[in-house]
Amino acid sequence: MDLITPSIGLLFWTALVFCILLFILAKFIWKPILKAVNEREQKIADSLELAEKTKAEMQSLQLQNENLLKEARAERDKIVKDAHQIASKMVDDAKSVAKSESAKIIATAHQAIEMEKTAAMQELKDQVAVLSIQIAEKIIRQELSSDEKQKTLASKLAEDINLN
Amino acid sequence: MKNKIFYTFKSLLISFLLIFSSFYVSASDSSEEKFNVGEMIMHHIKDAHEWHLWGEGHSGTSIYLPVIVLNNGLQVFSSSNLYHGTEVEAVDIKSGKKITYLKGEGSASNYALYHEKIYSLKNGDLQFEDGHVHNAVTPIDFSITKNVLSLFFGSIILLFIFISIARFYKKNGAVAPKGLAKFIEPLIIMVRDDIAKANINHHKYQKYVPYLLTIFFFIYINNMLGLVPFLPGGANLTGNITVTLFLAFCTLLVTVFSGNRNYWGHIFSTPGVPYVLLPIMIPIELVGIITKPFALMIRLFANITAGHIIILALISIIFINKNLAWGGLSVPMALFISVLELLVAFLQAFLFSLLSALFIGAAVEEAHH
Repeated sequence: MDLITPSIGLLFWTALVFCILLFILAKFIWKPILKAVNEREQKIADSLELAEKTKAEMQSLQLQNENLLKEARAERDKIVKDAHQIASKMVDDAKSVAKSESAKIIATAHQAIEMEKTAAMQELKDQVAVLSIQIAEKIIRQELSSDEKQKTLASKLAEDINLN
Repeated sequence: MKNKIFYTFKSLLISFLLIFSSFYVSASDSSEEKFNVGEMIMHHIKDAHEWHLWGEGHSGTSIYLPVIVLNNGLQVFSSSNLYHGTEVEAVDIKSGKKITYLKGEGSASNYALYHEKIYSLKNGDLQFEDGHVHNAVTPIDFSITKNVLSLFFGSIILLFIFISIARFYKKNGAVAPKGLAKFIEPLIIMVRDDIAKANINHHKYQKYVPYLLTIFFFIYINNMLGLVPFLPGGANLTGNITVTLFLAFCTLLVTVFSGNRNYWGHIFSTPGVPYVLLPIMIPIELVGIITKPFALMIRLFANITAGHIIILALISIIFINKNLAWGGLSVPMALFISVLELLVAFLQAFLFSLLSALFIGAAVEEAHH
């Protein structure tokens, strides 16, 4: 029976010690320990989250980089293509300009030659006319130098007219 | 489940023990001085005013603890005045048996000690009736008994462990635990997560964690201390009904004072119960408030006391038979039970705080429709 009879003295001491323990532990022990443990758990959770976030960021960055690279490559290709086009166009242009220029030059040359030729012809004609007149003058002078010769000529002319 | 297996095993062991002991006790009846197992065990598991170290009777060595009694003011004297007092023989009025008690000497001359209880000798020598003292009063005894001293030891160990851990956390902040903190932290986290968080509404559990931690480690450390067979251990503190009564009472107080509308609503007007039945239901529910912590009290008391009794009984086999060879049986068995008790020490601390958390959880639970 003694075994299951509570005793006041022990109850008093237990209550006293337990209450002091509870006070000290709750105030000075559990608080810092739980705080540190919670903080650490928070820190770990945060770090994991951060790591996950960083990973995602890295991935998106990588994707972005790839995209950038792709874009740059496309740009380069485009630029090269354009340059080719421009270059060939420039060449073509230059060629056509040169052609037209040369054609123009040739045409001018032809014109000049033609003009020179006509001028030369004209002069030649004039010269020939002058020479012909001079020759005719000489011939006429000879034909008409004597009476006899004047007679023959007149007959000859008459003959010609008769023939007509 | 584990608990069930354990109980089955315990009862099996006890029955074995009873068969063995009854057989061998009858065989050794002829010996000149009979070894009384029951008395020895009872003496060990009960509180005392001395801390017995070794030896028998007056040739033994004990630490005599201070006796503090409230009898017309506080009186303090050493318990050696009682233990070394004169042995007085008295005859039981009813049964006619001879009973010896100790009459104090010196400053304790007004007191007598019988079955570890202090009696005031104001009305002359003690008279017994049916084994009980009927003519003397017991003054209120605030002595530093064996259990009180063990309580002090346990608390000092508890404080020592946790102050050093708290210092570690204060110094190092939120880092991985080292040393003692590494060992204790899983237990702290277990109490916080598996006991408090799992059973109490997760918005409110934080308020109860310090109480649950204190009760868990208080019981655990004192259980473990009780398993140490020599100073500062060996007292049956957590197997003492007074201690378990107080701890259960604390849980009762915490439960009752944190009970919300929903909790009291369930007690005074249980939903779904016709009003006619309420006069029956209310007393039942009110009794229910008490029975829950009462079960806590009995469980801890019975488990720890039973553990002490089994180990003592197993060792007693040697003394019953007065043959050292029986140590071949009793030592391995006592060792086995001691190892089991290490588990029980943890299990009972865990259960006590778990059930406390469960009761608190029920008290703060919000109504769900």
